[in-house]
Amino acid sequence: MATYVLKRLALSFVVLFCVSVITFALVRLAGDPAVAVAGQDATEAELEAVRVAMGFNRPLAVQYVEWLGRVASGDLGYSNILRRPVLDVMVERIPVTATLAGLSLLVAVSVAFPLGILSALHPNSWIDRLSLSLAVVGQALPNFFFGLMLIMAFAVTFRWFPVSGDSGLRSFVLPAIALGYSSAPPIMRLIRSGMIEVLESDYIRTARAMGLARHRIVLRHALRNAVLPVVSLMAVQLGFMLSGSIIVETVFSMNGLGRLGWQSIQRTDLEMMQALVMVISMVYLVLILLADILNGYLDPRIRIR
Amino acid sequence: MSSMPAPHAEAPGAVPRIGAGRILRRRALAHPGLMIGMGVIVAIAIAAVLAPFIAPHDPYAQDLGARLIPPVWHDGGSWTNPLGTDPFGRDYLSRLIYGARISLIIGFGAMAVALAIGTTMGVLAGYFGGWPDLAVTFVVNVRLALPTMLVALVVVALVGGSLTVIIWTLGLLMWDRFAVVMRTATLQIRNQEFVSAARAAGCSTARLLLTELLPNVTGPLIVVATLEVAQAILLEAALSFLGLGVQPPVPSWGLMISEGKSHMFFRPWIIAIPGTVLFILVLSINLLGDGIRDVTSPEGRS
Repeated sequence: MATYVLKRLALSFVVLFCVSVITFALVRLAGDPAVAVAGQDATEAELEAVRVAMGFNRPLAVQYVEWLGRVASGDLGYSNILRRPVLDVMVERIPVTATLAGLSLLVAVSVAFPLGILSALHPNSWIDRLSLSLAVVGQALPNFFFGLMLIMAFAVTFRWFPVSGDSGLRSFVLPAIALGYSSAPPIMRLIRSGMIEVLESDYIRTARAMGLARHRIVLRHALRNAVLPVVSLMAVQLGFMLSGSIIVETVFSMNGLGRLGWQSIQRTDLEMMQALVMVISMVYLVLILLADILNGYLDPRIRIR
Repeated sequence: MSSMPAPHAEAPGAVPRIGAGRILRRRALAHPGLMIGMGVIVAIAIAAVLAPFIAPHDPYAQDLGARLIPPVWHDGGSWTNPLGTDPFGRDYLSRLIYGARISLIIGFGAMAVALAIGTTMGVLAGYFGGWPDLAVTFVVNVRLALPTMLVALVVVALVGGSLTVIIWTLGLLMWDRFAVVMRTATLQIRNQEFVSAARAAGCSTARLLLTELLPNVTGPLIVVATLEVAQAILLEAALSFLGLGVQPPVPSWGLMISEGKSHMFFRPWIIAIPGTVLFILVLSINLLGDGIRDVTSPEGRS
């Protein structure tokens, strides 16, 4: 188990290293950091002075190594637009995004599990067809449009929830639905196919022959094995939600990391953009790593590969 | 991801070739989802191609005296502007028709870029195995670790929101599924007898890949391609909605929703119309993709 974890960890670090190179290259090659510091209407002489003062005139590789060193020691940079350290700004915003992503996953799971299990128990029944139709619709609905429709229906017409903002749990309900619903279809499909496969296996037949109660067989013996691949998928979906939070947080005006990303792009805050891409990649890699470790723990066959 | 079907493998000689196309056509015609999806896509594509002839007005012509006219089914609507006008007084139906061009061009363009990159990587990884396989798997991991939406926004913001930039950005961010599926499909086929036979007959590797392997993985390839077109259309709409995609005054459905957003409380139709059309197009593409998967999979699900 330790070797397995170490191997996974090492791989994650190499991937993160590549991500850092791409991020740095992307932001530096496409945008001039001197303009970001001095402002759009600075003269060429002023820009040159900024380049010398901030060290932007040195080779990119040198700047990259220096940046990577700072990032590795926990210093994500300084936002010249907000005049504050990037990390401080991010820390303020994390709770909103973390709550939103957690609730969204809860929405996805609480739709996907019952529908997936019921569909697997009754293949080709009306409930199976219904959940399949819901999945097809869910995957085609753009989340910004769905978010706006939720606002129109449940915040404006019925006034059950606030139109926007991030104060109190009530204001998280609509955004969590808007972000979570699109993750439900893939999870549901995986549970359905996994359950159908497991339900046909010998040990389930044995359990049935021994006269165990149906709900006991389904929930305790079958689901436990069918849920293994779902763990990885849920980690991937949670990662997608961090990326998708840009849209949903903007639609609902919530001050989380996603909206911060959009705002940083609007005001060409290069250091903040770089840091955000890095942090979101890192969280995604950690999630995948945790899912891998959990899977390796749950299923010893995986560790040996 | 793991639900991809086995590739449409028909070994020459083993299966009677006569009538294979007919069976496929009969299955396709009997599949309601596939036919509905295809019908809607063809209709939208025709509208997009013939836009100059069927659009009732110039999609760019502003008329500030005729701002925010409601659609014909509301009070105050008229057949002059069947779907009303936007906040600049431009005809909504005309912008919608021209917007279909943007969605389709970006959807298919980004898919083509992704297909070229992903298929090359997937086939090479699956066919050669060993270090090419490890390398491709690693690059796929790096790609998956990059947050698509954020990176796309950064690139478009820094480079500029032209059609070409958006197509290339999305294409470069979306090839991973092609690579994964093609790798698996190639792995399943490369050890089959007809591939060994071609190798024994002295085929070069390039010829073997192009004439023996690729024709046998077209089923899953088309399925992934439709999914990616739908995904690219959704991403473009989201980028344009956030103001960092197609730039005004070009009519994009995402941009229309964004421009109508501040008027939606009193005129819900202003976002409902482009949103619904976007939803219908993406739904149709997904239905078509699911249908092709059902029809081409060996079991031939009814």
